[in-house]
Amino acid sequence: MLNEKLYVGAHAPFWHNGNTIRAKSYNILVAALPAVLMGIYLYGLPALRVLALAVAGAMFWEWLINQAMRRPSTIGDGNAAVIGLLLGMLLPATMPWYAVVVTTFVAMVVGKLIYGGVGCNPLNPTLVGLAILMLSWKSLVDFDTALARYDMDFYMLYPLGAVKAFGAGVVERYSMSDLLWGRQAGGIGSTFGLGLLVGGCYLMVRGFIRWEISVSFLVGLFLAALIFHLADPGKYAGPVFHLLTGYSLIGAFFLATEDSSSPVNFTPMILYGLGGGVLTVLIRNIGAFPDGVVFAVLMMNVANPLLDKIRPKAMGRRE
Amino acid sequence: MIKSSFFSLTKPGLAYPALKLDREDVVEIPLPAKAQLFLKGSSAGSNGRGIRVGDKVKTGQRLMVSGDSDEYLISPVTGSISSISPLTGYLGQTLTVVAFDVEKTDVWDDEFGASKAMSPSQRVRGFLSSLPGQEGFSSLLEFLPLEALVIYGIDKDFLVSTGRCVVQTRLEEIKQGIEVLKKLFGQCRMVLLVPSGLGLQAERTGVEVRALSPAYPELLPKAIMNRVFGKAVPAGSRCEEMGVGFLSAEAVAGLGSAFQSGRIPVHKTLTVIKKDGSSVNVRARIGTPVQEILDALHIETGTGDGLIFGGPMTGRSVYSGQTPVLADTDAVMIQDARDEPLFSDTHCVNCGECVRVCPASMPVNMLIRVLENKMYEEAVQAYDLLSCIECGLCSFVCIAQIPIFHYIMLGKYEYERMIKAEGSNA
Repeated sequence: MLNEKLYVGAHAPFWHNGNTIRAKSYNILVAALPAVLMGIYLYGLPALRVLALAVAGAMFWEWLINQAMRRPSTIGDGNAAVIGLLLGMLLPATMPWYAVVVTTFVAMVVGKLIYGGVGCNPLNPTLVGLAILMLSWKSLVDFDTALARYDMDFYMLYPLGAVKAFGAGVVERYSMSDLLWGRQAGGIGSTFGLGLLVGGCYLMVRGFIRWEISVSFLVGLFLAALIFHLADPGKYAGPVFHLLTGYSLIGAFFLATEDSSSPVNFTPMILYGLGGGVLTVLIRNIGAFPDGVVFAVLMMNVANPLLDKIRPKAMGRRE
Repeated sequence: MIKSSFFSLTKPGLAYPALKLDREDVVEIPLPAKAQLFLKGSSAGSNGRGIRVGDKVKTGQRLMVSGDSDEYLISPVTGSISSISPLTGYLGQTLTVVAFDVEKTDVWDDEFGASKAMSPSQRVRGFLSSLPGQEGFSSLLEFLPLEALVIYGIDKDFLVSTGRCVVQTRLEEIKQGIEVLKKLFGQCRMVLLVPSGLGLQAERTGVEVRALSPAYPELLPKAIMNRVFGKAVPAGSRCEEMGVGFLSAEAVAGLGSAFQSGRIPVHKTLTVIKKDGSSVNVRARIGTPVQEILDALHIETGTGDGLIFGGPMTGRSVYSGQTPVLADTDAVMIQDARDEPLFSDTHCVNCGECVRVCPASMPVNMLIRVLENKMYEEAVQAYDLLSCIECGLCSFVCIAQIPIFHYIMLGKYEYERMIKAEGSNA
């Protein structure tokens, strides 16, 4: 028996379909590329600086905490890079370096790592970082101030801020095709609507994000904006304007769909998406902030564990 | 290995590789020099009256395991018992290994052949406690009266073609077996499941035939209960308790040939799945060490390779080439070291793939969290652990590569142990 050849023991199943967290992260990075490249084209080197610093910062914090906690390094799974890149895409191109570093620290450490790393975060880490930044350094994320030195061939007032200040009449200053092509003030990677749509559709078709969340988010946002617009067309902008401005599209495809803070069953996904969309419009139209995506998605993240209790009856479940 | 498709907008689906429906030859494996049987429990040879090392045995002879019980085993070979030793099996199961030295010429025992005066159910209870293709065949009689019997002429797992092969090559014996089943179980509904394409052929047996296009995991017994009978098996219950018995076509054919020829069947048909995914059907004596089969087929194995009894989704890996072919070994799969999936200790990322693929609609994403923390009672009460039909798809699709199926089986085992301990303390 001693010299007998031994075979490797394992538990069924002996096949795996080959999908990994790493592949998922890299596909999200690829899907974000069109919007990122447009941002760099529009805002130039400063935008590249912010993006690079955000990605590097996020990965650095993850590596450092892994070291400090004596855990194996997890930056290889690409999740830190995704969080960093998405954060960079939401920021204005002129964000000072110290703010980027602090925001990535909050996103990675407070948003994700203290809970135990990938999969354990109750809230979307990117949005935790951004929310803290919006509350602490409000002026840095005010796009009109931040982009004051940029003078481009399109109307440079931040669309959502303009509507909030001057009413729906200002919508005429923006052409829908400009908004779609990223010719609007905003975050580096959150203005190019067409690119975000293409990236989002790619992720949905490949199954990397759950289409139910993205679609219901957009539907919720559209319907809520439509109701407001019909109630007072002079004060509230129309639904298409809301869809193409601010963080709407990046929120629907890249932020609300973050795995660990969103539900997985069908009905909860629809409720989560609709809720996020409606809350976004409520905050935009009657709240204090020009854009509501950040807090709307965070609020729905909090509701996620409760929502996900709505689930189909398991086969043969005894009541 | 099956990779996920490029487009996956809907729930991840799994199609079987195309079934070969042409009849191919069944390779005969020569009689081995040594054979082994695994017996459940540890009572074998415990007192002087049962089997002992050195006993001479004949092929098909009934050997009483011990003096205390009616338990017996059927010797698959002619020769002598060379050793009796204990072994621990899957999930801590206590087993006894009975090894035989095999003589080259078979001498058949005729006790079963001479028992024609007995009633069919007495003969089955007395000699056919297990048949090739069905461990514990006679225990089905404990569930009389049964509402229906399902005969598998189709295979549950990927790449396995044993059931299909038996329908193609032994239809006459299946027909005879069905006649015996009618005597055993009275007038109950019998359904023969075959792959689509073999429906016409199978109808010659005279029973209700369901030609199914195979899709995993819709052929597992509890899924068949849903699909064919429209019944959901309550969590933690067995299909037999719902009045439906499951048999393999091979066991039915064996039953037919036993009653026809007066000899207890001692051969097992099985599928050997090679490293490249190609397969061949072989016929081997029960008790043959699997290494003999690999040698006969000239299959080379190296360090780190896996040897699996059963198919790729539901099989069990064995570590030794000396492990014998038993009555329920429908397939042997050899997996190259490079094809073995890696598992990791990453947390669940809540992507929901498992929830969407689960045929029992279980909240797998929550279940794995409580199982990882050994909260087995909560797993059963709040997260439907016992609804699992054991298909393994959750592990198959997990992007965090968590061995979910392993956790589930461990959870079921630990829960059962807890219940037993509570019962004995009450």
